[in-house]
Amino acid sequence: MTERLIKNSFIHGEEMILNIGPQHPSTHGVLRLRVKTDGEIVSEVTPIIGYLHRCFEKHCENLTYEQVIPYTDRCDYIASMNTNFGYVVAVEELMGIEVPEKVEYIRIIMAELNRIASHLLALGTFGLDVGATTPFLYMFRDRERILDMFEMVCGARLLYNYMWVGGVSHDLPVGFVEATFKFLDDFEREIDEYNNLLTFNKIFIERTADVGIMTPEVAIDYGVSGPNLRGSGVKWDLRKNDPYSIYDRFDFNIPVGEGTMGSVGDCWDRYWVRVLEMHESVKIVRQALQQMPKEGNVHEALPKKVRPPKGSVYKRTESPRGDLGYYIISDGKPSPIRLKMRSPAFTSLSVLNEISRGWMISDVLAVLGSLDIVLGEIDR
Amino acid sequence: MNVDVAKKLTEVFPGCLVEQDEFPETHIQLQPDQWSKIASYLKETEELSFDSCMCITGVDFGEEDDLESRYNLHSMKHNHKIEVRISANRKKPIIPTVSHVWQIANWFEREVFDMFGIKFKGHPDLRRMLLPEDWVGYPLRKDYVGPDSYHGIIIPKVKEVWE
Repeated sequence: MTERLIKNSFIHGEEMILNIGPQHPSTHGVLRLRVKTDGEIVSEVTPIIGYLHRCFEKHCENLTYEQVIPYTDRCDYIASMNTNFGYVVAVEELMGIEVPEKVEYIRIIMAELNRIASHLLALGTFGLDVGATTPFLYMFRDRERILDMFEMVCGARLLYNYMWVGGVSHDLPVGFVEATFKFLDDFEREIDEYNNLLTFNKIFIERTADVGIMTPEVAIDYGVSGPNLRGSGVKWDLRKNDPYSIYDRFDFNIPVGEGTMGSVGDCWDRYWVRVLEMHESVKIVRQALQQMPKEGNVHEALPKKVRPPKGSVYKRTESPRGDLGYYIISDGKPSPIRLKMRSPAFTSLSVLNEISRGWMISDVLAVLGSLDIVLGEIDR
Repeated sequence: MNVDVAKKLTEVFPGCLVEQDEFPETHIQLQPDQWSKIASYLKETEELSFDSCMCITGVDFGEEDDLESRYNLHSMKHNHKIEVRISANRKKPIIPTVSHVWQIANWFEREVFDMFGIKFKGHPDLRRMLLPEDWVGYPLRKDYVGPDSYHGIIIPKVKEVWE
């Protein structure tokens, strides 16, 4: 279809520059796109970012290691547990801390539940972008239940500050395990409901299949990671390929895009990978709940002072959006000398120009929705 | 990692290596002048094939030291990684670009330029990334002093005023 559009555009009209955003519901935050068009066909997209820049990295140089954790929450506010997780894993590696068994399991459960919540929001808003309003409400209904469970655990619904260096802030409350099992049982049925409503909807498929195809070479060259990379058919997941924490103990698959509705690496594939990933997350949470030790003090390994020895570390973890990396340099003082966050949404956005050239303006918004970006993390 | 990257590099590009160390992670420090060619070599050689550039970090250790740019490279084929460090003079920081080798380096280098003022020679589009075009100074440098006002908006420096 790309070829068709480009072939048909041999009659060149006047070039027009169209500005989308920074305040536009389809840009998922404060993102501005400068779109150069020839008629309705896009010839160049330039993302302009930085509207949410709040000097996260500069702030970190003046904060202690513990104080950085709430700031990481606010970077990727859709999946705060995962941003916390990446940060504490990096600091623990720098300090050489071993965390108790129970803490490892709690962290995995929280990270995977948050992954489901994040994917639900991604899928729902993607539906909104291409004109499907109802599935969004269904997905928010279920996301709400996950947020309720987070509220049970740590009192917060969006910005948790839950994972600490060497432990977590609170032990699981009474009734949490039962509530989670009940949620998982219900949730698997709900996924089928989404599939009936949105995934296999003819209009949705027409809008997304064969649109915005990203080849594996392009994806790797642009540093695209996570579900977007797997949507292009590359079997790469840090939880399997470079396991951190205790991910090597669980049995789960890595879903990849196969081009079921169109070509490998189109918008529908990126969407479908997220749906399948929710199934895998459910599997991981179930196993973790069953294996988790009953006894254990979650505050046992908390260090009195977080002062990593001199050195540097680059650690990456699999957040719902892809490889979330932290580069931390310590000189033995209470605050880091340099802290860099490598944001997965930043790299995903950089590929937008490459994959949406030659498509219609409305397709650009579909591609943008399928990449699932969070501007808080891109601008930091 | 099975391959000794530093040894291979000194064979092909004599005199490029400044330092290598295994702690905390395998890293090599290189001279800036041949960096563009070395990067292509790292990506295209079969045994190394560092096909993904995970991260580029600018570093400033303080006013006496040089600025530094650190590249975390990873090979999806062999699943090995390496960190490359290149330092640049604080007064005139210039490092050759690698944006033609890894596409993502384009944006990463723009961010390093934005925050540290390191100029990447040969970069196709070296503009500010996160800060406005007319911002003065490079915020993540240790000797950076923030402006008093921006477009007529006074920036209060004393904490009591804005809290």
